Amino acid sequence: MVTSFFNEMYASDGLRAPYQMLEGWYQNMPAEFRALKQAEAEDLFRRYGITFAVYGEGGDPDRLIPFDMFPRVFTAHEWRRLERGIKQRARALNAFLSDVYDRGEIIRAGIIPADLVYRNDAYEIAVAGFRPPLGVFSHIVGIDLVRTGAEQFYVLEDNCRTPSGVSYMLENREVMMRMFPHLFQENRVAPVDGYARLLKRTLASVAPAKCDRDPCVVLLTPGHFNSAYYEHSFLADLMGIELVEGQDLFVDGDFCWMRTTEGPRKVDVIYRRIDDAYLDPLCFRPDSALGVPGLMNVYRSGGVTICSAPGAGVADDKAIYTYVPEMVRFYLGETPILDNVPTWQCAKSDDLKYVLENIGELVVKEVHGSGGYGMLVGPASDRATIDTFAAKVAANPSNYIAQPTLALSTCPTFVEEGIAPRHVDLRPYCLVGRDVELVPGALTRVALTDGSLVVNSSQGGGVKDTWVIAEE
Amino acid sequence: MLSRTAANLFWMTRFLERSETTARLLDMGFRNALLPNTGGGYRNEWGAILQSKGVLQPFTDKYGEIVQRNVESFLFFDMENPSSVASCIRSARENARIVRTALTSQVWDAINTSYQELMAMQRLERSKLSTPDLTDWTIRTSSLIRGAIESTQLRIDGYSFMNLGYAVERADNTARLLDVKYYVLLPSVAYVGSGLDNYQWTTLLRALSAHRAYNWAYGGELSSVQIAHFLLLNPKFPRSLLSCYAEANEHLDQLARIYGRSTPAQESARALLGELAEARIDDVFDEGLHEFLTRMINENGGLAQSIHDQYLTGEAR
Repeated sequence: MVTSFFNEMYASDGLRAPYQMLEGWYQNMPAEFRALKQAEAEDLFRRYGITFAVYGEGGDPDRLIPFDMFPRVFTAHEWRRLERGIKQRARALNAFLSDVYDRGEIIRAGIIPADLVYRNDAYEIAVAGFRPPLGVFSHIVGIDLVRTGAEQFYVLEDNCRTPSGVSYMLENREVMMRMFPHLFQENRVAPVDGYARLLKRTLASVAPAKCDRDPCVVLLTPGHFNSAYYEHSFLADLMGIELVEGQDLFVDGDFCWMRTTEGPRKVDVIYRRIDDAYLDPLCFRPDSALGVPGLMNVYRSGGVTICSAPGAGVADDKAIYTYVPEMVRFYLGETPILDNVPTWQCAKSDDLKYVLENIGELVVKEVHGSGGYGMLVGPASDRATIDTFAAKVAANPSNYIAQPTLALSTCPTFVEEGIAPRHVDLRPYCLVGRDVELVPGALTRVALTDGSLVVNSSQGGGVKDTWVIAEE
Repeated sequence: MLSRTAANLFWMTRFLERSETTARLLDMGFRNALLPNTGGGYRNEWGAILQSKGVLQPFTDKYGEIVQRNVESFLFFDMENPSSVASCIRSARENARIVRTALTSQVWDAINTSYQELMAMQRLERSKLSTPDLTDWTIRTSSLIRGAIESTQLRIDGYSFMNLGYAVERADNTARLLDVKYYVLLPSVAYVGSGLDNYQWTTLLRALSAHRAYNWAYGGELSSVQIAHFLLLNPKFPRSLLSCYAEANEHLDQLARIYGRSTPAQESARALLGELAEARIDDVFDEGLHEFLTRMINENGGLAQSIHDQYLTGEAR
């Protein structure tokens, strides 16, 4: 069991530089004022409608995600290294996708087993042999990181399909600036509000070659019952593009069109926030009413670009994850800047043996699981739970990977009694089009329960504003 | 713009306007109930109010006897009644939520806040809320939303669809409110010109926030002919049928300019405006006020259908 955690504000050698200006801020804050501000923040989130809709689970359908007012801070120096590492990883993941839907060089070279790719559920045969504009498959890459020391970051997972949460990054900043303007006047916090402009530029840059005018970009949502609907409308709004549902689009001839008050209008780029399986009932799930019949044909014939490409999920599988450092070396010829968490693949018999012997000390995850479901945190579980889980792993080893329990860093967080360290992770959003870009900011998720290492919003985690302090 | 977005905007304002009319009807019933019951012989006025909304049957199915307190709950809070204030505001907010991208933050804020306040009111004990408080709240809320739309929305097509929703719904509601008074409320023609008759006319004007305005325009004497003229044909009164169609025409013309093409929707609106601009109140009474109102309600429905066919389906016609 891990006993010491890196505290991002108060490390063993005292108050760390990035946080110096915040020390006085919270120490001089009377409790009543803090309560007032916390209520004000909640009111702002509710008024903006920044909710996380959870339908069909009972309770408030428009739940607020808990917001912690204590910002998390990075120096420009720390951020530069993260930024280089993230961009590198996003480039390698895209090179991998281009490769496995084409010649499969990395498989021929014996670096990644063919089964892992071609028998992967996320592998989309419909895309094989197709090269999307600029060869980009994943246009928005969300990379989850954790920190374990002053210099040590680990990548936890890659999200190449439709990573969510970027609206919290933007709205957390909005709310902080509104509530504590003096903090921003006194500190050089790098702005994140260029994100929407970069996203729009990225999407427009991958318009099909057939598009000979200002590209018409739309955002495709499953609709307002989706838990991330707020984010979809928020992003469409910031980019000044139409937020469409499947019923608003139709295919006619070589192109995809949307229904407007002036009649049909041609669509060039679709930023889709629905899963592959729902995109086109003629190609994928025939029972889905969310998608657009015939869309995949138009896509493959170069009439429209879908962002991210169907099949991009094959790169963010937890079994493929272990090979990302190899991808960086293979495709880019570079040394990986960011480390993977050491991972045991239960599909390998030696690894399985180790995992079953040491399962009480490990975190074991389903290969396709997400949202904190289907995982075992060994040190935090009782014997019976561990035994049940071990049996499941033994029965179907290739469905599991295991990692050591990381000593996740903590950040000061407002709790009932005042300030206390809570575990955090980090999700920056990397944009890949003609350029590869990253705004100086990210979503920090925080485990609000004392001692908990699970930060997912579906598991009661909260969020905080993430600052990068610009240099003088 | 997306046809679906236009449809959501159109229905958002229709629901907002409808919630206000339900509140005004509630006010009308409340004031009528303050009148001493003289002879007993005539109908329960709450029944007439429910009948005008077409909800008498669902009400009696659910609550049985017509008791004021239940009618108030039904018309204001009951989510199972699709024309209750609460239902309309919830529907308006749902439409607004779907088209967040087409609304300014102030408009969204106004609509969303009204919904949150409504939810808070719902949790209060009913004895803490008087009927005038509820109607005042509704009218104040809808003014706030309307004001936010007027002062912040860009003057683009979406703005015209919102105003078309208001105009079409308002025309329908004015016609229905007048019809309640004339056809449903008064027990028999023998009462025309009686004290009861006059009290009901005053109540109707009050419910439309038009009591003072009427006095300014017609010098204070109540007469059914003048009040009908005021509510139907007076271009100065913003809720008159004529004003509603002037508004509808303005926004349909605006759409034709933006899109560079005219459609049958413009024609039907123009025909309605033409008829009302030319009409004399005697013509209306010759046709029969109830018959005239019924025809107007139908033609108004036709106009709404035509707007739907031309703009809200995504087919270029």
